[in-house]
Amino acid sequence: MAEALRAYALIAGAWIRSTMAYRFSFVMMTVGNFLATALNFAAIAIIFGHTRLLGGFSLPETAFLYGTSGCALGLADLVLGSMDQLGRRVRDGTLDTLLVRPAPVFAQAAADRFALRRLGRITQSALVLIWALAALKVVWTPADVLLVPVMLLSGAAIFGAIFVIGAAFQFWATDAAEVQNSFTYGGNGLTQYPPTIFAKDLLRGATFVVPLAFINWLPALHILGRPDPLGLPGWLDFCSPLVAVVACGVAGLAWRAGLKSYRSTGS
Amino acid sequence: MRVYGAVALRGFRRFATYRVATLAGVFTNTIFGFILAYTFIALWTVRPHLGGYDLPHAVTYVWLGQAMLATTAIMGGGVEADLIERIRTGDVAIDLYRPADLQLWWLAADLGRAGFQLLGRGVLPMVVGALVFPLAWPEQPLTWAYFFASIALGAVVSYAIRYLVALAAFWLLDGSGLTLLAALSAVFFSGMLLPLPVFPGWLGALARTLPWSSLLQVPADIFLGSRSGGAVMTGLAFQAGWALALLGAGQLLQAVATRKVVVQGG
Repeated sequence: MAEALRAYALIAGAWIRSTMAYRFSFVMMTVGNFLATALNFAAIAIIFGHTRLLGGFSLPETAFLYGTSGCALGLADLVLGSMDQLGRRVRDGTLDTLLVRPAPVFAQAAADRFALRRLGRITQSALVLIWALAALKVVWTPADVLLVPVMLLSGAAIFGAIFVIGAAFQFWATDAAEVQNSFTYGGNGLTQYPPTIFAKDLLRGATFVVPLAFINWLPALHILGRPDPLGLPGWLDFCSPLVAVVACGVAGLAWRAGLKSYRSTGS
Repeated sequence: MRVYGAVALRGFRRFATYRVATLAGVFTNTIFGFILAYTFIALWTVRPHLGGYDLPHAVTYVWLGQAMLATTAIMGGGVEADLIERIRTGDVAIDLYRPADLQLWWLAADLGRAGFQLLGRGVLPMVVGALVFPLAWPEQPLTWAYFFASIALGAVVSYAIRYLVALAAFWLLDGSGLTLLAALSAVFFSGMLLPLPVFPGWLGALARTLPWSSLLQVPADIFLGSRSGGAVMTGLAFQAGWALALLGAGQLLQAVATRKVVVQGG
């Protein structure tokens, strides 16, 4: 574990130095990363220019969902976002390079092309979240206050698990990198809106199949004092950390299975 | 002329080879279609007739957007990435050596790609959307013809913009920053996030005059009948005007850029 973290830090540091060599490009990419999510929020703001409530949720409430989901995805993307390049490495055979180096393959694949520009997304989502926290009319209990950082970290871990499972899938389907976008960016697109606007079947899928609801919906509904549209028991609102641990466990197994089945292009 | 036809055919075939990637794209387009469709349903339920669309039109607009996302390369993903790489490595010298125009060569390749992606990535998400939601279909067969003409023009406008962005690599070498900004502008101003008539005041007026509205808004409005009669023709003329203007700008920039090329050893 310590060895993996050390390898990750070394490789990430090297990539940071390398991107800083083209400072103008780095600044532009970070601004672009910030703008990409800011434009998404602009669309939400335009929607709320036409209506005061969407699915019964106000703009600050939706912004709270947007900010928590965006921060969680941003953190996972920063740490593990490069994993979606794995299919490319399998295709062109450069994964072999990672296999012969004396460092854990997972740490190398995760730190590959580490990009600080992804702070752009985190910054934008954090700004929206801070605004939402200030604008929300909620009576904060100590449990609610604690639930916010817990939700962000568990959410990041769940998104991270999806990144890893998506990467593991690419050991078999090398061209299918886009599938995981459905669950990472798609999951973000889903959970930034109130759950009340979606069909019940979609919500069930996003709760029990891919546990996106635990990223922010369930804990956020608890903080906002709103009933869950599926009518699930209230204690589930506090289960995000548990779900995150299970998701990471599944991701670890998927990664091992994927790596084990890897046959290099040359054989 | 025949050479461009051949290049377009190869462009079509090349993208047709990536079968798993196409399926993955179809899957992703379908998932995003569902998410967006439900947000639009929520909005149009509280604000019926917003932007001149009723609910089935708004939902159809979502699926049209998913069907056209890859075709008119709204988020990029066309041939420009290859061209930028060839400019960076200097391989573009080989392209310039050919007895064919650089811009038209890559236009042909990109139109071949667009043609494949209309079939490969456009049809299936639309079918899934139609199975789950009541969609609004054109009543006249002629509307389909105008719609496909509008998609073709939209693909040319999209290419003309991406070609300009790619040429910037002659000066910047690393085109990634500009490519990202161009893709963001396209996503926002094409109407991919929200139909442009829903944009407020001056922002809506501005968005409708910018070339990116050719990529989705104009073809979608023709499909939905929001543009009918003379408005169809003005829509197509708007796209053709932007296509010519941007291709012309590309020719000018290309003339400046190719004077700049210095090939190693030559």
